[in-house]
Amino acid sequence: MTYLSVQNLSVRIKGGGPLLRSVSLDVAAGHVHGLVGESGAGKSMIGRAILGILPKAVEVVSGAILLDGVDLLALPPAQRRVRVGASCALIPQDPLTALNPSRRIGRQMTDRLVDILGWTRGDAEARALALLAEVQITDPARVLRQYPHELSGGMRQRILIASAFAAEPKLIVADEPTTALDVTVQKQILKLIAGMQVRHGTALLFVTHDLGVVSKVCQSLSVLYAGKVVETAEVRAFFAAPQHPYSAALLAATPKYTDPDAGLHPVPDAVIAAVRAEVGHD
Amino acid sequence: MADGRAQVRRRAGLRLWLAGGWLALLVLVAIFAPLLAPKDPLEQDLFAGRLPPFWLTGGALLGTDSLGRDVLSRIIYGSRIALTVAIVSGVITCLIGAGLGLLAGFWRGWVDVLVSRFIDIWMAFPPVLFSILLIAVIGPGLFSIIIAIVVIDWTRFARVVRAEAMAQGAMDYVASARVAGRGRMGTMLREILPNVLPIIVVLLTLEMGIAVIVEAILSFVNLSISTDDPTWGGMISEGRASIHQAWWVLVFPLVTLFLTVLSFSQLGEGLKDRFDPVLR
Repeated sequence: MTYLSVQNLSVRIKGGGPLLRSVSLDVAAGHVHGLVGESGAGKSMIGRAILGILPKAVEVVSGAILLDGVDLLALPPAQRRVRVGASCALIPQDPLTALNPSRRIGRQMTDRLVDILGWTRGDAEARALALLAEVQITDPARVLRQYPHELSGGMRQRILIASAFAAEPKLIVADEPTTALDVTVQKQILKLIAGMQVRHGTALLFVTHDLGVVSKVCQSLSVLYAGKVVETAEVRAFFAAPQHPYSAALLAATPKYTDPDAGLHPVPDAVIAAVRAEVGHD
Repeated sequence: MADGRAQVRRRAGLRLWLAGGWLALLVLVAIFAPLLAPKDPLEQDLFAGRLPPFWLTGGALLGTDSLGRDVLSRIIYGSRIALTVAIVSGVITCLIGAGLGLLAGFWRGWVDVLVSRFIDIWMAFPPVLFSILLIAVIGPGLFSIIIAIVVIDWTRFARVVRAEAMAQGAMDYVASARVAGRGRMGTMLREILPNVLPIIVVLLTLEMGIAVIVEAILSFVNLSISTDDPTWGGMISEGRASIHQAWWVLVFPLVTLFLTVLSFSQLGEGLKDRFDPVLR
């Protein structure tokens, strides 16, 4: 059953060029959908548009974002915020800037439950403790009293994951959650997200530029180029035989750890030219 | 092994205590001026003019000026005016400037355009001329000085706070708070404000130091309150005329002024170190 359905979404810089060109994608409830593409392809922009946190200079031109059948773009801002706040969450890219540096972890995790969802302080704290334990943080009671700068990047990303699951959202947008971490920690964090997603049955929109990560975490994916989806496929089918020449070239460009002498295969100019012509990007 | 951080903290602590101590002393002196001052600061005694300080065979503790007024008493009463100006104009400047800066930096859009252009236009006026003009129009006096400082210096707060609010507003924690359902106002006050507060505090203490200097400058050029009333700037101006005969009339208020302004700026630095969550 489709939980999130983005339909023909176009976004542009106010008075400027397009950022997303009629993007459509579906995420089924409890499924993990990958969103891959080069830097600047508009991956994060889709996530931000869904969550209603587009930068000020950017505007939605047309399209619909159906969350559980309700078009978010047709709602007045206040209602939209309530709806998104109750059912969606964000795992941001950079754990170093994603926690408020001047507030204790505990307050940050519980505040939203208390202020916005009306939980009691005690319930919220118990919930925060349980979640920190679930993301394998030792001595969660102490961490709740600490400030972000006292914790490592990996710890902070764990806390962000825990916070994202705090209100049992139906959909989480993970915006390159492992990009800012080093490789050894990346693997743990990926495992953690995947495990949490399965346990909580949350749908996940996983934004990344790493096809390797997609193959491990996602069930389906969309490949983006210059703000347009060029291919949407099931992960298994995609890695067996990508349909679009650009996705095929992108997949071929992934360095093979098993064969270090194979060299690098950048996406050929002819493919770039073809895909540019196709999406109308000059 | 000794942690490097602990040493930084101790140094910051000493600075904070020295600066804070001097200012606290000054506040007490200002409050209890009538009890502490050995003489009436306005009382003239032309036969006891230019008496040297006590250790130079003088009668008065820090000497007397050319009209025989007690220098120490005048410094003590002068602290009342200096501190009133510093605190009142500092706080008002801070509220107006930081408020507008925060709004412009976080809200962006037309609010930002409006506030920023307004700041640019405002800053095009030369500050000293502007203040003299202002006082010429509204007349000299304590109130005018405060108005002049507020009117000129709010841009300092607005610019810095705006830049910091913009930097903080781009952070992911703000995005997370918005997703979770916090309104714009709530985000600004609960997420952004605590993070720009250290900068506001530093600016506020700096501003108080600047206010003390501005008040002294305006007194120096006789644009402050009436020349009889004891102000540090006025004393310095009078002492300048008789520096070869009675250096103490110039030097003591000058040192007091210097220590006060230094203390304000050091207090700001010290508080910043205390407040900065990364150094804490």
